[in-house]
Amino acid sequence: MFDDIKTEDLSYVGKKAGRPDMLEKLTGEAGFVSDMILPGMLHAQVKKSPHARARIKRIDSAKAAALPGVRAIVTGDELDVHIGLYIVDKFILAKGEVRHYGEAVAAVAADSLEQARAAIEAIEVEYEILPPVLHHMDALKSDAPLVHPDLGSYSYVAAAFTPKPGTNIANHTKLRKGNVDKGFEESAYVIEREYSCPSVQHVPMETHVAIVQWGKGDKISIWTSAQSPFTVRNLFAHAFGISHANVRVQIPYVGGGFGGKAGIGVEPLCAVLSRKAGGKPVKFQASREEEFSLLPCRSALTYRIKTGVSAEGKILAQHMTMYWDSGAYADYAVNVTRASGYSASGPYEIPNAWLDAYTIYTNKPYGTAYRGFGHVEFHWAVERHMELIAAAIGMDPLEFRLKNALRPGSKTMTGEEILASTGNVVKCIEEAARRINYGTLSDAEKAREKKTGWKIGKGVAALQKAPAMPPFTATAVVLKMNEDGSVLVNLALTDYGQGTYASIRQIVAETLGFPLEKVKVAFENDTDRDPYDWQTVASKGLLLSGNAAILAAEDLIKNAYAVAAEALHANVRDLGHDGERVYLKHHPDHGVRFASMAVGLALPNGNGIGGPLIGVGRYIAQGLSNLNKETGEGNPALDWTFGAHGMIVEVNEETGEYNVLKIASIYDVGRAINPDIVRGQAIGGMMQGLGTAICEGYIYDQQGRLLNPSFTDNKIPTAKDLPLEIECAVVETPQIDGPYGARGVGEHSMISVAPALGNAIQKATGAEITHMPMRFEDVWRSIQKKEPIDNWITKSPIGSCRSAPELRTHE
Amino acid sequence: MRIKLTVNGLLYERDCSEHHTLLRFLREELGLTGTKEGCGMGECGACTVIFNGKAVNSCMMLAAEADGAVIHTIEGEASGPTLSAIQASFEKHHAVQCGFCTPGMVMSVKELLSNKPKPSTEEIKDAVEGNFCRCTGYVQIIEAVSELTGANEKGELEHV
Repeated sequence: MFDDIKTEDLSYVGKKAGRPDMLEKLTGEAGFVSDMILPGMLHAQVKKSPHARARIKRIDSAKAAALPGVRAIVTGDELDVHIGLYIVDKFILAKGEVRHYGEAVAAVAADSLEQARAAIEAIEVEYEILPPVLHHMDALKSDAPLVHPDLGSYSYVAAAFTPKPGTNIANHTKLRKGNVDKGFEESAYVIEREYSCPSVQHVPMETHVAIVQWGKGDKISIWTSAQSPFTVRNLFAHAFGISHANVRVQIPYVGGGFGGKAGIGVEPLCAVLSRKAGGKPVKFQASREEEFSLLPCRSALTYRIKTGVSAEGKILAQHMTMYWDSGAYADYAVNVTRASGYSASGPYEIPNAWLDAYTIYTNKPYGTAYRGFGHVEFHWAVERHMELIAAAIGMDPLEFRLKNALRPGSKTMTGEEILASTGNVVKCIEEAARRINYGTLSDAEKAREKKTGWKIGKGVAALQKAPAMPPFTATAVVLKMNEDGSVLVNLALTDYGQGTYASIRQIVAETLGFPLEKVKVAFENDTDRDPYDWQTVASKGLLLSGNAAILAAEDLIKNAYAVAAEALHANVRDLGHDGERVYLKHHPDHGVRFASMAVGLALPNGNGIGGPLIGVGRYIAQGLSNLNKETGEGNPALDWTFGAHGMIVEVNEETGEYNVLKIASIYDVGRAINPDIVRGQAIGGMMQGLGTAICEGYIYDQQGRLLNPSFTDNKIPTAKDLPLEIECAVVETPQIDGPYGARGVGEHSMISVAPALGNAIQKATGAEITHMPMRFEDVWRSIQKKEPIDNWITKSPIGSCRSAPELRTHE
Repeated sequence: MRIKLTVNGLLYERDCSEHHTLLRFLREELGLTGTKEGCGMGECGACTVIFNGKAVNSCMMLAAEADGAVIHTIEGEASGPTLSAIQASFEKHHAVQCGFCTPGMVMSVKELLSNKPKPSTEEIKDAVEGNFCRCTGYVQIIEAVSELTGANEKGELEHV
């Protein structure tokens, strides 16, 4: 929904406009589920498996039940509820067999947290320990134990996924384009490499938490720290066979999500405890350790890429195989596999492509959506691969990227044609390179090298992502005018910090022609009050809900004009309005105030016309299609957001230590609706991407026990880890069907940070790193041309995670 | 046991369980839920409050230790309807996203500025190093603090 209006001619869109949630969050008034206490509320705790794979022989909860304050104990045996997003493969509590370390086998609700903990301690569980399958590549072997022997009996979304019963493969996504054999035959060079990365944790600062009350008549109230109220409701209603009308999901302020709260989480567990406790509300909040192992993580990936390149440096063919570690359950990992599959080349044209992407069950905590939805992981591979190909064929990596980048007229791997309006990855790459002065060292940089003895290197990496969502994804926005002519905006797309509501407020004010202060976007979502939204995921919120907001604003104005036309005895075509009133354009002093019409206009004689003014906007994705399951052909992309990072790093070749001196990030966002929020997303995602790049990762022992479920052993970036210099800029190629030309950018900032770092390190030292994260010891080993230590499933937990580096200023 | 303490200028006298942390006491006994628990192990800083003038992790102290203490939490930061200078600068600089780390972050900054009105950027980073923020990437927080010191590290999204 783009009209070609320059930003300087707009009132709010593209301008500084603040955020609507600051006061509450800065004063501590914003209410999170973790802050809530309901009358009579019970506290839940769970008994967790110490084993990665075991048969549950016996659970004895008699002693626990006799303890004071214990109101309900639930074990897997008494439940027959399967939950699942795309493949319905998970019980609320493990039943018969545990499939990962930290999986819940029993749960207790008690009057106090201490009583619940004591009861958990008193529950006895006898296990028969079974050999786990831990590495996803081992899980593919013919003699590997099956994580889900009953895979063939599970229901799943057949339009998108292909499970392989009798194996550990939860899904096989295929893509076939052109003639790969011919492409390789015509190639002057063929380069094949394998890349990998471990599982990581999202780390929302607020852990998963929910309160559920199973009321009389099976009316269920859920308060939860989640991203998607309607998905929680839908999956819950399906799982329990209850009418959607009986399930109410409320989401107050949410302390971060990053994909980890995209689907359904601890709500069903609280629900069955509440049901058993006679309908008392039950609260469960995950501990930080449980956030790592009871709740989902990001999947590990092994990605093998073989590329054929012409003598001139054009990619002719690419054979790609992705092995995604799903962990114990399929959750979002199968869709990460699908979405990564069709985007697997990165923003480059591959005329002949062959891709197989597998989601593989293992006995580890399960993988789910995480900011980037697979693209962080596979861009690590693709953008390191581009660098290594360039080195192998003797071409500059930047030149090689630009030679193969998508341009108008290029076809993506699914056959979609890139248009001029799709976005401009070439400009992003060039701008990132320009901002780091790519290819040369300045005099100051040379002097720094001389002074420190550390080598400076510069690298560039590009990125792309489109929302991974059903092709018919829909949303709605409702505007309600208040008695004073101000407007309330209701939508179920949630804002858990990313700032979409600030942009929605600007879009509504702009479209209505109202002052910003007259528009309130209602935080704290409620499925009983808000219109439907599918999920708050995929960087699709601004585009879909922004369009719905435009339509809702136009509808509100149309409805106000209808009342005004009647009141003013005028034709609607002759009406105009400002932020206060509707008037006759040719007699501007003859008008009627919005405030007078807001809840129905009272005429002088007491008769009323109109009624409460409401605007409704409904929007559904257009022109998208399911992908052909054999060839991958189709139109999956609502919008492609392209971008690139340029990175300058200095490396101590003797020790492997390094400092990031500069990162410049460029995205083609169509139009930056709220520049400060775009910058916040750009820097926040970049730092999260840097965490993935430098140190984060799950480390298991040989029995599959997670060794580092804490911030002491699993570092995340602090303020001390910031690069010395950070620049963010946007290219603005309008998205024709984006609100005011905008496209999403929430996830993109996290993508390709790691390969930009890896490329810069390679430039500085020649190290050909293919596994991330790049801890100092990994860089050192790579410089020394030693085999990488794969200590993610370790015999001896050494060199696990580094401390935050002290940035040397060399002064 | 019975403790007496001053929180945000108000005197409280309360019974508390010996094993309850100061964090839990503030949130559950006094209803001051602005202070958050992010890890419960002294690692993330979400529970930072000012205790006798020092920023501490309130999850790592027992309520019993607060007998006689003077404590400042996020709820006491604004004066009535007026945001403090730190809060106003955080608002202006978009130094808040999900908001869960914000109360603790503001408390750490408050301690820093009360001891050192003109900290360098490195000193700001040192002061908030113990406060994890997974959303903002810290830059806008540092900019918000540096404006208060007069250094004015301004950052803007650039248009190509």
